[in-house]
Amino acid sequence: MSAWTKVGNTNDFASNMGGCVKVNNKQIAVFNFKKNDSWFAVQNECPHKQQMVLSRGIMGDLEGAPKVACPLHKHAFCLKTGKHLSDGDISDLTIYPIKVENDEVFLRVD
Amino acid sequence: MGKERVVVIGNGMVGAKFCERLLEKETNKEFEIITFCEEVRPAYDRVHLSEYFGEKGIDELTLKPLNWYQENGITIFLGDRANKIDREKQIVYSEKGESVKYDYVVLATGSYPFVPPIPGVDKKGVFVYRTIEDLDAMMDYAQSATNCAVVGGGLLGLEAAKAAQDLQLNSHVVEFAPRLMPRQLDTDAGEVLKKLIEDRGLQVHLNTATKEIIGEEKVEGMLFNDGEKLDVDMVIVSAGIRPRDDIAQESGLEIGPRGGIQVNDNLQTSDPKIFAIGECALHEGMIYGLVAPGYTMADVVAQQLAGHSAVFTGADMSTKLKLIGTDVASFGNIEPKEGTFEELTINDPYRGIFKRLFITEDGQRLLGGILVGEADEYGQLLQLYLNEMKLPENPMQLILPASDGEAVGGGVEDLPDGATICSCENVTKGDICCAIEGGAQTIPDLKSCTKAGTGCGGCVPLVTDLLKYKLKEAGVEVSNALCEHFDFSRTEMYEIIRATGIKSFDELIHKHGKGTGCEICKPTAASIFASTWNEPILTQPHLQDSNDAFLANIQKNGSYSIVPRIPGGEITPEKLIILGQIAKEYNLYTKITGGQRIDLFGAQLNELPLIWRELIDAGFESGHAYGKSIRTVKSCVGSTWCRFGVQDSVGMAILIEERYRGIRSPHKLKSAVSGCTRECAEAQSKDFGIIATDKGWNLYVCGNGGMKPRHADLLAGDLDDETLIKYIDRFLMFYIKTAERLTRTSVWLEKLEGGLDHLKDVVINDSLGICNELEEQMEYLVNTYECEWKNAIEDPEKAKRFRHFVNSDEKDENLVFKLEREQIRPATDKEREELAKI
Repeated sequence: MSAWTKVGNTNDFASNMGGCVKVNNKQIAVFNFKKNDSWFAVQNECPHKQQMVLSRGIMGDLEGAPKVACPLHKHAFCLKTGKHLSDGDISDLTIYPIKVENDEVFLRVD
Repeated sequence: MGKERVVVIGNGMVGAKFCERLLEKETNKEFEIITFCEEVRPAYDRVHLSEYFGEKGIDELTLKPLNWYQENGITIFLGDRANKIDREKQIVYSEKGESVKYDYVVLATGSYPFVPPIPGVDKKGVFVYRTIEDLDAMMDYAQSATNCAVVGGGLLGLEAAKAAQDLQLNSHVVEFAPRLMPRQLDTDAGEVLKKLIEDRGLQVHLNTATKEIIGEEKVEGMLFNDGEKLDVDMVIVSAGIRPRDDIAQESGLEIGPRGGIQVNDNLQTSDPKIFAIGECALHEGMIYGLVAPGYTMADVVAQQLAGHSAVFTGADMSTKLKLIGTDVASFGNIEPKEGTFEELTINDPYRGIFKRLFITEDGQRLLGGILVGEADEYGQLLQLYLNEMKLPENPMQLILPASDGEAVGGGVEDLPDGATICSCENVTKGDICCAIEGGAQTIPDLKSCTKAGTGCGGCVPLVTDLLKYKLKEAGVEVSNALCEHFDFSRTEMYEIIRATGIKSFDELIHKHGKGTGCEICKPTAASIFASTWNEPILTQPHLQDSNDAFLANIQKNGSYSIVPRIPGGEITPEKLIILGQIAKEYNLYTKITGGQRIDLFGAQLNELPLIWRELIDAGFESGHAYGKSIRTVKSCVGSTWCRFGVQDSVGMAILIEERYRGIRSPHKLKSAVSGCTRECAEAQSKDFGIIATDKGWNLYVCGNGGMKPRHADLLAGDLDDETLIKYIDRFLMFYIKTAERLTRTSVWLEKLEGGLDHLKDVVINDSLGICNELEEQMEYLVNTYECEWKNAIEDPEKAKRFRHFVNSDEKDENLVFKLEREQIRPATDKEREELAKI
């Protein structure tokens, strides 16, 4: 199992918005909700049209579960499970373990 | 009594429907259903086949998934064709060697595409349009093709032409008859449809017979009887259908003289144990090539097997569909006997609308009709026809555009309970009312409990009207909540924000909503905050939609385009040169927009602030092409130069564009000013358009190009400059105050109670007493304008967001461009894949 990689300090990431980081040559979208200080990491590529854009989507929730909507065609994905939530046959997202310690953000990417 | 075994031969839409119907019937009999399906997948929606090229996959088109058959005890043999019936022993045999004993057989073998014996029709690149396999093969072939001709301009032919267009091919329709859709349209209607279709980029060749399809091995062109040649590399043949009656023929059943399995009113073939339904059946000399009659037949046979009496007495061939983005509908008798009818016609070439009704001489009853370009009235007209209802005094009102008059009588509430609303599923008004009284409150509710609207979907508007009417009657509030986080409509949210002075989303959702928001309520709230308080939108960047979030237009590959404001389309050579220099420096694709501006494409996130720094230093400002706000005010050159112009249209366009720049609204706003009645600026297709007159200006409102074009209506005429601006102020603020989210002015006006007369009353006569408030709010917005881009690059916190990676200054290596006509364009998926291999 790979080790935790530091991707920045918490104040590098704007609240209630996504940010993209590069780890092991992979693009990963990091999201944080200010309300309950929760953090999520998923692949940055939207599986619908294979573009690196998810970190630029609008965040929100579906019946309490955190989600992001792709800025290109508004396909929504659950940030907790990676599951595709909109209509159509589109694959789910890969999710990555993320943790915050002493205001530093860490990801584990295989 | 044991189970009776029913063998259904053919698992198309009608065969599958029959299985479903037989299972539903109340009866003390028990059935074992066995069905043969020649194709490798169970029945799918052939009516919406062309959507396979768009968004829909095979799963969405499939009517019932495979496990539905298993769960209901139906044995289905996929990819196996039944090829013989031994009627004496009562056994059905299949190609793969199955033999099944039966009590009854239902033939639902459908039809096959008729391919005329044109020389060369067997060449590579000639297709028919019927099955998923046909479509897959077309998609494959289309990759290396550019021009495609469809032989046949009927309903299916036009569908096929649309499919070819979706495959990025130049599409031609070749029709032998002198008009399109000869069975459903008359000459005039065909002419209108032809024009509409040509406007969408298809080429139509009428009166044209194909002599030969030429080419070595594969299609290289077509030769017509008149000697003309057409260069195409793909051909789709859609010259009609023929019933598939081969198995019936081989089994010795009676066949019609021109094909089709002969059936009586019970839909029995010449063997009473064997029924035929759908497109393979010949009833009273008719083959029914539509799905609704097929479903009716399925029901008639299911009824009888279940022990009830039922007969088929023919079916209505009325139809409504969307062809190449154009509504086309036809119902009843469209060729009544001469001297027995009157004809009412609307033929509006400006809006591309044709409507014709055939009415009895005494004006009492509807005989039939044709609608092209707009068919919203179809449901209502069909009901008037089918139920032989008495027409209103002035039947012309039935087809007049809604904005020209008050709502017409004879709405859904006047229909008898027995009126069939959904002819695919045979659902009456009474059935739907019953379901609503039983608790159904939404269209999905109604679909699942009555099945209305689940077939062709043509009745959904009527079902919606009925639902609204019944709910209103019952005093049930129809929810217009924005989303799960707010129980308000946009209009209500607008009033809340204005009244409470709330300026942040966190406070709004905390006090008036729940959860953390979503992609619907966040941008809506952001737009209202901007329309009310006019703070720069990146003050709350997390609320902004795709484009607003980075003050630029996101493109298909995630890069952005930049459109600086060029008010009225007037630009100095110096500024034009600067745009060129910047485009060169950052290697941007450059294009002139429809709104008389210049669009620079292909900028990456980190380049946006750099480019804007240069633009702002050169005196440019944001053009808000990314916002739901005023885009451009297009103008003609006007009286300053033009020898016909009567007013300075460029001056007025600049004044208007600079007055309303940056104002956020429920949807984008476009405008134009023409210097004379020749209307070169196309002002009547804009949200608000101004046309100069000898005495001043005419103000037109609520026009639209786009998906559903609408000619603007004259709000007021011969206005002086000051009154013109006053009326536009009021009009825009009234729209911002009362429109729902993402509703253009054209749609807003159509839904506005009281229509244009009401709007005139509010704007001109201040009938609501709100004009002071509207003008003050507009004055506030005009006075607090600042360029969002200037604000963004001067604020380090806002500028910080414009980078692709948080933890690196690298660019997105996934962005790949190719050169085309000396400029960059996004690489296609294929090109990106190939690059990845290297």
